[in-house]
Amino acid sequence: MRTSGKNIAVLFLLVVLGFAALYSLQKQIDPQLRTLHQERDELIFQSGRLVRTLSLEYQALLADIYWTRVVQYYGEKQNTHDRNLELLEPLLNLTTELDPQLIVAYRFGGTFLSEPPPRGAGRPDLGAKLLRRGIAQNPDEWRLWGDLGFLYYLDLKDYPRASEAFLEGSKNRKAREWLKILAAKVAEEGQSRRVSQFLWQQVLDSTADPTIRKNAVRHLQSLKAEEDIEQLERIASEFRHAFGHFPASYAELIGARMLAARPVDPAGFPYVLEPEGKFRLNPASPISADAQPAAAVK
Amino acid sequence: MIRLVGVIAHNTFREAVRDRILYNLVFFALLMIAAAILVGQISIGIDSLVIVSLGLSAISLIGLLMAMFIGVGLVYKEIDKRTLYALLSKPVRRGEFLVGKFAGLVLTLTVNTALMTLGLAAALLFVKRSFALSDSYILVAVYFILLKLALVTALALLFSCFSTPLLSILFTVGIYITGLFANDIRTFSSITGSRALDTFAVTLSYLLPNFNNFNAIASAAHGRAIPRALIVQNTMYAAVYIAVVLLAATVTFSRRNLK
Amino acid sequence: MQSAAIEIEGLTKDYPVGFWHQTKRRALDQLSLQVETGDVLGFLGPNGAGKSTTIKLLMGIIFPTAGSARILGQPISDVRMHRYIGYLPEQPYFYDYLTAPELLDYFGRFFPLTAARRHDRIEHLLKKVGLDSVRKIQLRKYSKGMLQRVGLAQAILHEPQVVILDEPMSGLDPLGRREVRDIILELKREGRTVLFSTHILSDAEMLCDRVAVVVGGKLRGVGSPEQIVSMKPQGMEILFEWRGVGALTPAFAAQTTQTGNRYRVEVAQEELYAALDQLRIAGAQVLSVAQLKPTLEDFFMGLVGKEYATASAVEVLAK
Repeated sequence: MRTSGKNIAVLFLLVVLGFAALYSLQKQIDPQLRTLHQERDELIFQSGRLVRTLSLEYQALLADIYWTRVVQYYGEKQNTHDRNLELLEPLLNLTTELDPQLIVAYRFGGTFLSEPPPRGAGRPDLGAKLLRRGIAQNPDEWRLWGDLGFLYYLDLKDYPRASEAFLEGSKNRKAREWLKILAAKVAEEGQSRRVSQFLWQQVLDSTADPTIRKNAVRHLQSLKAEEDIEQLERIASEFRHAFGHFPASYAELIGARMLAARPVDPAGFPYVLEPEGKFRLNPASPISADAQPAAAVK
Repeated sequence: MIRLVGVIAHNTFREAVRDRILYNLVFFALLMIAAAILVGQISIGIDSLVIVSLGLSAISLIGLLMAMFIGVGLVYKEIDKRTLYALLSKPVRRGEFLVGKFAGLVLTLTVNTALMTLGLAAALLFVKRSFALSDSYILVAVYFILLKLALVTALALLFSCFSTPLLSILFTVGIYITGLFANDIRTFSSITGSRALDTFAVTLSYLLPNFNNFNAIASAAHGRAIPRALIVQNTMYAAVYIAVVLLAATVTFSRRNLK
Repeated sequence: MQSAAIEIEGLTKDYPVGFWHQTKRRALDQLSLQVETGDVLGFLGPNGAGKSTTIKLLMGIIFPTAGSARILGQPISDVRMHRYIGYLPEQPYFYDYLTAPELLDYFGRFFPLTAARRHDRIEHLLKKVGLDSVRKIQLRKYSKGMLQRVGLAQAILHEPQVVILDEPMSGLDPLGRREVRDIILELKREGRTVLFSTHILSDAEMLCDRVAVVVGGKLRGVGSPEQIVSMKPQGMEILFEWRGVGALTPAFAAQTTQTGNRYRVEVAQEELYAALDQLRIAGAQVLSVAQLKPTLEDFFMGLVGKEYATASAVEVLAK
């Protein structure tokens, strides 16, 4: 049964032909699979308990895999501008049921869930539920109380609950001092720019995570811009009081010694002066108005 | 030639049945019964979805285990126990022997899968009380699973032609898993930045058996239609790949000195 | 009579040795042999001599390093000629979960036999090899001897012209050996060619037209058993009972050996009648008189002994 040279050539040719056929078939199959799997948001097992049983002794590993899937799912939705995030919560539930000590899943998961679209699922109620479960499983993690307070403060605008959460967190002896201050400030003032600024400043100072820091800086800059615009509008109304009309240009304001120079936002872009003594952010500025409406400011 | 393949296939099937291979069906039946009873309690509103997903996943997994573990033993056992000596003294080529063994295991897997599908249908009927047209897509998904199992069997057979059962299982599992990632390997090529590496990744992704092609479990569970063209193309894909693998197995095995 | 049924020319087989296969062990060295149609050839040699290697090469189970062989005029690489060959592997083993009739039916399907003919042959052979009574038992419960019988049955199921049996007597009790001997003799009567290997010499002596002796992978001699062993008798052996009625001459008595009442004595052929006269006078009762001749065993032991003395039965060659 020795194979002769001619036979080997024939065999080689057959294999090459076979793979050529497979290549062309795969080219035809690919687009069909894409349409078939397009809307493929499915979770075979929705019950964490079931998955935990099925995962044998590899729960922690499986939790990590699920967490990766959460991040991928979230990231993909962000990239494709798909606002349907209905699987986010079950995925997070599965992840945290598999590994109840996976703090990162509660913290980021809570944010993903509660942020309004397009940045999140716009479900702060589910976010709060997730965080409360995280706290129940990890009573020593004071940061989760902090996150819960933020969530009540920023997304649900439930200031008594926010204050309560900050206070609970501050009872942990490892907790930072500012948590207690926040609890007091929120209880006293509800939402105010001062509280918000304090809150984001604490976030900025308490973490090295670049994503969180970027987010905090964004919020702080936008709060600063809000403050600036209020200040400028106050000056404009003083100008009107003195000269009987709103300023038509910055030159008028500088000429009246009410401003020293053209005011710029924290990113260095000049504010745009509008008729009727209104100001707004430069359209070229990377700073956007904060999602928190300034109208709530006391 | 076909007749001899049939004779060997029949004997392979008979041995598998007498070796109590089909006992795994008891396990599957219990799983389906448990699922049908418990499904309402663990997932409200998506009973049939869970039953179909769970059933098809179990059919696939049980089939894969059988294809791999029996597949790698098909040739090895005959050599190890020297049953092959008497067989090869008959007017039969080694290639015919291999194809017969392959066909016998595929027959076993088909019967096994068909019985499991019946079990799944029964569980589904229990939960839903009636069948819809979209449930017929389950049969397509099962057919795809069978194509996949046949391909895995061929690969296991190929490896067992020159390797020990343990190594053959490792090879088969390895190629199965990398085959699942064939698409990702292709997309990976766009981010390496090296042209040589790109070409390698793309080539590799087309050489590997693309097991993603046969995954229609989710579509079947959601009652989404599977295009007819895909059924034809997947059939051809599996057939061509199996032919190439069995050819390689025949060449390898025909040159081998049995101990 | 046309060409030989089995023609072997310079058949050589090396096995690689060691992890990297860097050395080779020569199991069979330049073996050339012919088996004429209708002959029974005994293939003799100690364990590991290369008998099984030769047979496996003939059956295409392993492939030669060099040399060639033809069976019924066809090269051994052509499996189609297996239609006319029956083969019993050494220490045969078959599918655990089949019964003997099922196994024979399975193997029978590889040959162009009608279903009725196949059925008849199976029934005939089950009786012939004495397995009719255990036909419902699965083969995994068979003893070694029973497996040997199944193996023999499957080898001759399709009435092959050439039958190759690897150690057909091993694992059998005396009755079984006798049955196998009868089957081989019957095959010979039917004009079939038989090649069987054995290390049991009396079997070969009794059955073979010719024997081939292989030791250390090399052919050491071929011929009829008589040719291999010189036919010159070496003397006569007398067995007798003696109760001490008369007297034996002291010279004669010195040659005898005693076991209970029985005595054995070896005398030269010319002295046979003188010895018998003596025994008659002494009142002994003669039990048997037999010719003493060298056996294949003597020949065999001579060869093997020499071989073991000079080198071991295996040769290691550097690559």
